[in-house]
Amino acid sequence: MDKEAAKQEIINFLESKSGSKTKFYFNDFTKLFPDMKARDVKKALSELVQEEKMMYWSSGSTTLYGLKGSGKKEE
Amino acid sequence: MPKHETPLLDQLESGPWPSFVSDLKRQAESRTQKQSEIQYQIPVDVVDDLLGLLELSYVEKEVHWKHGGIVGVFGYGGGVIGRYCDQPEKFPGVAHFHTMRINQPAGKYYNTDFLRQIADLWDFRGSGVTNMHGSTGDIILLGTTTPQLEEIFFELTHNMNQDLGGSGSNLRTPEACLGESRCEWACFDTQELCYQLTMEYQDELHRPAFPYKFKFKFDGCPNGCVASIARSDLSFIGTWRDDIRIDQEAVAAYVGGELKPNGGAHAGKDWGPFDIQKEVIDLCPTKCMWMEGGKLKINDRECTRCMHCLNVMPRALRIGNDRGLSILAGAKAPILDGAQMSSLLVPFMKVEDPYDNIKEVIENIWDWWMEEGKNRERLGETMKRQGFQKLLEVTGIPADPRHVEHPRFTPYIFWKEEEVPGGFERDIADYRSRHPK
Ligand code: HEM
Ligand code: HEM
Ligand code: SF4
Ligand code: SF4
Repeated sequence: MDKEAAKQEIINFLESKSGSKTKFYFNDFTKLFPDMKARDVKKALSELVQEEKMMYWSSGSTTLYGLKGSGKKEE
Repeated sequence: MPKHETPLLDQLESGPWPSFVSDLKRQAESRTQKQSEIQYQIPVDVVDDLLGLLELSYVEKEVHWKHGGIVGVFGYGGGVIGRYCDQPEKFPGVAHFHTMRINQPAGKYYNTDFLRQIADLWDFRGSGVTNMHGSTGDIILLGTTTPQLEEIFFELTHNMNQDLGGSGSNLRTPEACLGESRCEWACFDTQELCYQLTMEYQDELHRPAFPYKFKFKFDGCPNGCVASIARSDLSFIGTWRDDIRIDQEAVAAYVGGELKPNGGAHAGKDWGPFDIQKEVIDLCPTKCMWMEGGKLKINDRECTRCMHCLNVMPRALRIGNDRGLSILAGAKAPILDGAQMSSLLVPFMKVEDPYDNIKEVIENIWDWWMEEGKNRERLGETMKRQGFQKLLEVTGIPADPRHVEHPRFTPYIFWKEEEVPGGFERDIADYRSRHPK
């Protein structure tokens, strides 16, 4: 799958889940693309973050990904 | 006059030890005094409020910090750890109290000019409270607000040639002992390898994509000054393949008392004359040393490079000349499940630019762990779950007696079908032709 198609699929996935869950582990995304190398999935996610469509969320020890502006925001 | 009364914290200043409470009070006072000189970019009373909030936690026995958040600098998924207080009205100075991890130089060498710049920047745009250094090795800057993050990042990267470190599910800031820069036991250039791998894996350091954190640490020899064997998912430990170099004259000088054992480190008390049998030979864990005709002998094939004899008699015993490193995998110190040390994976590897042999091991492990590791599962746990044999398989490293911690308890050996000539299928007629019922 090419990167643009993968990025669209990631967005679709996040939007479909937006009612129930807003933050996901990296591995939740690799499961969407069983035939893609993890490194390529990461590149797609990094681009989405660069484009400000997605955001990282970090507890300090674990990192999660979500759509920009979704979920609980910090003050 | 302190802003908050802190009777419980004050007790922590009463013991014989240095107290972080005294340090924080001094910093709180210094901020108040210098407010006309320094245009503080975050509340002047940040440290006062930190003390006040901590006192409240001591009174109530409840924590008032919230964990995590979407804070960071643009393009990076780590290096900043968001912390917010849940009592911002009472303690506005610590409403935001984010931590920044700064990538320390390999071996932690600084010049005073750099330290002054960091301290000035952090006084100006942060609380001024630092931790030199965190367990990961980074310079830890404790306490600033969200709007300051990009400003500090800009200053660090543009004017100080200084990057942030790792946090979250990233490659954490790699750490090295000072190695060849000062230490005669260094079996490879730890600082160089640490630097080269930090540069090679910038993307992994700054953009999280692992199941959980991942750490590299580099010890120049098995003395383990950065304790890589206990604290890193991949531990790189210097070693040598040939023999310990023995200077018999120096051995005799230690025995005769002309040279002080351990470089004189135990001189504070009279331990009596040096006894090579008791203090070196009998303490060799593999019992591979003995005296013969006044000369020290070592059966180097049995030596496990524990470093004991070299540490006691540094002038007489030196590391070999054919040097490199061992790679061990899987250490972790989680809060829930007990701690675990790294297990030997690569017994010996040369350390030579461009380090392709080392990178190949790293990348094979990452490909496997990123694929198979569960969320929040460290490499050491994936190894336990799928077995050491699996790790050998994905790294293409042949099994070796040195991988065996101790001989197995059961006589069973489990073969895979592809390891058995002809597989598990048997022609029963052929079998019966030789083994009648
Ligand atoms: C029950 C409460 C907590 C537990 C069990 C806990 C546990 C830990 C542990 C085990 C570490 C690693 C220590 C190290 O690597 O040196 C750590 C690091 C850290 N914790 Fe906590 N923590 C707690 C509360 C907090 C609070 C209240 C804050 C801030 C307000 C905080 C901020 C941090 C930061 C910034 C680090 C990284 C420090 C560094 O890299 O040196 N933690 N925590
Ligand atoms: C590679 C081949 C073999 C393996 C791995 C093996 C393994 C074992 C094991 C683990 C036990 C249990 C011991 C105990 O619980 O104390 C056992 C018991 C026994 N084996 Fe084998 N065995 C093998 C071949 C044979 C052969 C060829 C014979 C006879 C011709 C045999 C006869 C027995 C007998 C009679 C017992 C029971 C002994 C008792 O109850 O004290 N085994 N074997
Ligand atoms: S780990 Fe070994 S080489 Fe590195 S500083 Fe310590 S003693 Fe020296
Ligand atoms: S390094 Fe340790 S194992 Fe090797 S000879 Fe010396 S004491 Fe024995």
